[in-house]
Amino acid sequence: MSAATEAAVGGRRPAPRIRRGLRLAVSQGQFLTVLAGVFLILMLLMIVQDGAGTAGNEVWRGLVLGAIYALIAVGYTLVYGIIELINFAHGDVFTLSAFYSIFLAGIPGVQEGFFKRFFGFDINHLAGSSPGGLVLALLIIFPISMILAGLTGVLIERVAYRRLRNAPRLAPLITAVGVSFLLEGIMFAFFVPPAPPGQPGLGTPGAAYPTGEDGWIPTTHVLFNIGGSHGVVIGANDAMVIVIALVAMFALAGFIRYSRTGKAMRASAQNRDAAQLCGININRTISATFFLGSALAAVGGVVYAMHYHTITWNQGYQFGLIAFTAAVLGGIGNIVGAGIGGFLIGLVEAFTVTLIPNGGSWALIVVFAVLILVLTLQPTGLLGMRVPDRA
Amino acid sequence: MALLEVDAVDVFYGRVRALQGVSIEVDEGEIVALIGSNGAGKTTTLRTISGLVRPARGAVRLAGKPIHTMGAEQIARMGIGHAPEGRRLFPRMTVQENLDMGAYSRRDGAKVKHDFAWVYSLFPRLAERRRQLAGSLSGGEQQMVAIGRALMSRPRVLLLDEPSLGLAPILVDAIFDVIREINGEGTTILLIEQNALIALHTAARAYVLETGSVTLSGPASELLASADVQRAYLGM
Repeated sequence: MSAATEAAVGGRRPAPRIRRGLRLAVSQGQFLTVLAGVFLILMLLMIVQDGAGTAGNEVWRGLVLGAIYALIAVGYTLVYGIIELINFAHGDVFTLSAFYSIFLAGIPGVQEGFFKRFFGFDINHLAGSSPGGLVLALLIIFPISMILAGLTGVLIERVAYRRLRNAPRLAPLITAVGVSFLLEGIMFAFFVPPAPPGQPGLGTPGAAYPTGEDGWIPTTHVLFNIGGSHGVVIGANDAMVIVIALVAMFALAGFIRYSRTGKAMRASAQNRDAAQLCGININRTISATFFLGSALAAVGGVVYAMHYHTITWNQGYQFGLIAFTAAVLGGIGNIVGAGIGGFLIGLVEAFTVTLIPNGGSWALIVVFAVLILVLTLQPTGLLGMRVPDRA
Repeated sequence: MALLEVDAVDVFYGRVRALQGVSIEVDEGEIVALIGSNGAGKTTTLRTISGLVRPARGAVRLAGKPIHTMGAEQIARMGIGHAPEGRRLFPRMTVQENLDMGAYSRRDGAKVKHDFAWVYSLFPRLAERRRQLAGSLSGGEQQMVAIGRALMSRPRVLLLDEPSLGLAPILVDAIFDVIREINGEGTTILLIEQNALIALHTAARAYVLETGSVTLSGPASELLASADVQRAYLGM
């Protein structure tokens, strides 16, 4: 082409405006600044009130919980990004995957694990034998639980959502709520401790499922202690949660960025027709999305079961909603945003618990207040998409 | 036998009939134009060929093989490249990534590299902007990415939907120069164009669509000379 033509092509249009929710909406920059400011002030308040050591421990605990929210949030954001569905069953896939891992490994003295029963191989013993054995046990339990959860996610999409892909938006949404109840019912039937003899019913609703008092990594094992006896304690157990979560999320981000399937997922999310015209199989790509999202939730589920020692059949409902909040805070559809949002929500919980008297019962109220504020002020979240789709 | 045959195709959107008995043939190595006013069914015809819309009756064949029962992604792999209406880029991917998606189903890595070089030589502007997000490009540049992406699949037939839409006149000529160049290197082209004059000067043959049916067809030179075409589409 001639130089003149190239000049004609070159003129860039002014930066396009991003659609905003309400007139209240603030710019992304303002939002970030305010958010950073608020977090700083809360942190200072905590230090003044409880001293640096306690404040540090609470923040650290918030980050550990946040890591789990982050792992779940990624699944919400992936699925929303590609089919614009809020997959309400996702939180229950998280719980279910924790139960998968318990089913595989068993609980010493309570329940025989799958490996022990069918192969005579005690994975709990292996985990306790040596650091190398622990790593090996993790390398067995994580992939298998992730694959089982991934297949569960694929099955859910195939059975419940696929036929509704071109239905009005509300239909798959309600179906997702239905799938959530279905999964919770299944978990209730299988994983609730039996009712005491003479009492009616399947069992005690809300009863915790014991995942064993002594986990694979003893809670007493301290990795770092910053600032002595009143300082910040970093347990190996906590560190494991954060390390595994970060590794899983970076691996996922890399997969989405560089792999063929990952590119197909991004393309399908940005323009489904065009993706098909490029030879991308949409159904297979959506299945892959559900597989990955559910596998990440399984990382969260397994880590949760190992770290917190009890898990309840209906816990996924609450965890799902909190993780969804994290995904919205980070900017729904944005994977890095979901990760950051998860950690931030974990911190919000930590602040609530320490700064408000009897804060534990306020945690959910504060988290959902955050959700409402984000949706009002900055619907695209922290890292919402800055480049609009131009038809 | 024609390379691409659209054989007596009917298409409905709900109850509305969009195409009625449309038949089009494109021979290997040809440029064929589809002209007609807004809503005549030109875009629907291309979307039917590439499998985004299913015909209620009739058949679409590529080299004699029926393709209208296949999914769009299979048809793409069979050798139909489609630069769709409205460009439909992946806005949050770079230019390079968009082109790369065009080669998604190809396994011949070395030739893909060669074709990157080829597309960048057709559109030097894109080479400069390869790391830029496609959504941030100007309309003309986006059109180039759309055509380039369709070319990256090395299609046997390239479908172009309004390549000149919204472009400055000087750019329209440039794009059509490139279209002739692509055709000169052996790619068969079926294109839709509002600008009937340039379409008829570029194509060997053309079809005129009116409210979902082919009303006229023949060598481009004959259509250019036809009084009906001159009055309705050339403003003479």
